[in-house]
Amino acid sequence: MALEKQKLIDMYRVMVRIRTFEERVAKEFAARNILGAAHLYAGEEAVAVGACANLRTDDYIISTHRGHGHLIAKGGKTERMMAELYGKKTGYNKGKGGSMHIADIEIGILGANAIVGAGIPIAGGAALSARMRGTDQVTICFLGDGATNTGRFHEGVNLAACWNLPVVYVIENNIYAESTSISDACKLKNLSERASAYGIPGKTVDGNDVLAVYEAVGEAVARARKGKGPTLVECKTYRQRGHFEGDEQTYRTKEEIGAWLKKDPIPRFRKKLMEMGVLTEGDADKIVQEMKDEIEKAVKFAEESPYPAPEEALEDVFAPGGKQ
Amino acid sequence: MREITYGQAINEAYDEELKRDPTVFIIGEDIGKHWGAAFGEMKGLFDKHGPERIMETPISETAILGGAIGAAATGMRPIAFMYFADFLGVAMDEIINQLTPMRYMFGGKAKLPVTITCYSGAGISNAAQHSKSFEGFLMSIPGLKIASPSTPYDAKGLLKAAIRDDNPVVYFIHKKILLSGIKGEVPEGEYTVPLGKADVKREGGDVTVVAIGLMVHRALAAAEKLQKEKGISLEVIDPRTVVPLDKQAIYDSVRKTGRLVIMDEEPKTGSASAEIAALVAEEAFDLLKAPIKRVCAPVTPVPFSLPLEKFWMPDEENLIKAINEIV
Repeated sequence: MALEKQKLIDMYRVMVRIRTFEERVAKEFAARNILGAAHLYAGEEAVAVGACANLRTDDYIISTHRGHGHLIAKGGKTERMMAELYGKKTGYNKGKGGSMHIADIEIGILGANAIVGAGIPIAGGAALSARMRGTDQVTICFLGDGATNTGRFHEGVNLAACWNLPVVYVIENNIYAESTSISDACKLKNLSERASAYGIPGKTVDGNDVLAVYEAVGEAVARARKGKGPTLVECKTYRQRGHFEGDEQTYRTKEEIGAWLKKDPIPRFRKKLMEMGVLTEGDADKIVQEMKDEIEKAVKFAEESPYPAPEEALEDVFAPGGKQ
Repeated sequence: MREITYGQAINEAYDEELKRDPTVFIIGEDIGKHWGAAFGEMKGLFDKHGPERIMETPISETAILGGAIGAAATGMRPIAFMYFADFLGVAMDEIINQLTPMRYMFGGKAKLPVTITCYSGAGISNAAQHSKSFEGFLMSIPGLKIASPSTPYDAKGLLKAAIRDDNPVVYFIHKKILLSGIKGEVPEGEYTVPLGKADVKREGGDVTVVAIGLMVHRALAAAEKLQKEKGISLEVIDPRTVVPLDKQAIYDSVRKTGRLVIMDEEPKTGSASAEIAALVAEEAFDLLKAPIKRVCAPVTPVPFSLPLEKFWMPDEENLIKAINEIV
């Protein structure tokens, strides 16, 4: 795979951006500067970055409740995301959505979604729309292992398969649906095997290897763009933190967590880039520092931004007008 | 003026909007070349507009409505045909957690021009899973407009307006009206009926009857009878859309009559009639000379057997009884 040097560096940068963002969210959440729920993406960065590195700005993604990584990888601005988490008017959703609903349709982010599996049929609709409008836009539907057990997975994937829609399902198998292990919730060894039920290709890759994800999703995106229909790509990964911030994680052992921390996708990619001669230690450290500075600025932006006026709660229920 | 049926009016509305706007399409079950929808009101559309615009699906309600949401958010103007209104229950997450709050959750950025069409109402011996009316149930969901046409004229005009609206609209096709073959005047030319504008179906001075969907016909029949037999004059108001609700038209009529009966084919508790009654009590109490009455279905599922279903559905006699209690 001949990836340009700059693209590889950019992928590393985005992975570090996500991790730095999430670590800071954890800190601000603990300090109660961020309220509600925070489902953090730390440990799964290779999936979002490897997948989205195949997309154009006008392609679509549908995200999940654990969506910060997807949004950043699709080009979401960290300061507007942080402002949304703070409930500020300058946030992506003007403070009306919070962590689980961040959306920016202009750059193809059709929203994080707090209902597990709900994005699956919506992704099919976006893909259908792209085809009807005569574009070659592709939609990536991110979903977790848990979502593959919902009824909508069956309806959504089946219909997209029947209609050869340009959609790629990227399953982030992080082993746990909240507290329930996938081994207790599904008899299959690889969730990509589910693809055969719909007559579409399925592939399982190491979800902590950003280049493996990039390659597998890249093939699927190319296939979708050519009008050849959907693909299921399972990325095996691990969430390093709890289901939500504050989760005591009684359902898994310290040993298991420790073993997966050793497989952290970010140091792994950093090492690989150094071996490839793409990055030096100094370059990598510089990126880490730049991301720290960026997230610091994002927090400052969020803190200094105004809250929406209370009565703004009454706005944005209905769109004005129509197509007369 | 020419007269056509309710079903023909619906067919024309679909057809004209499909012709007018290339972003309009219909997605749903059994709508293609064989049936043209279960009761045939889409007949001919598949031949005229083809499989890319009349998209027949597997039995997958969540994929139909979820697909419509994704298509609408990205520039299309889908019509999700959900078959029987009862089946909205299968895709309820799409309605309450996706379609209706999405624009709001996104801070006003998404536009979701999705029209949901479905068959509502009882009266054809279809029992509890194929007979529901859902106006009141859906009224409690912010972000959803609700149309319940009672005549061919309204059926065509409201459907065209619903499709053109930039918001989610549920459009109820009442089965009993559709299958009755009843005809009404519908002009040849282009028109729409605005969402949120009630229609005075009969003018009168003694009692205001607000009736929804099929109940409009039963209220008109009762009005005729009461006028003839007792000289009581009913004013029959058809809100046509319960969201947005034309409150002013109701208040204006009650100002004239001082008496209000609401007729609604739903189990009474939490029905659209409850909201309308509450609004009048809250905002126009001084206009009332008598208690508000509601003529609704009993709070039970819809029964099957002919005498049971007939008993269950509000009819002229129920309405006349309620009116006699307040005049």
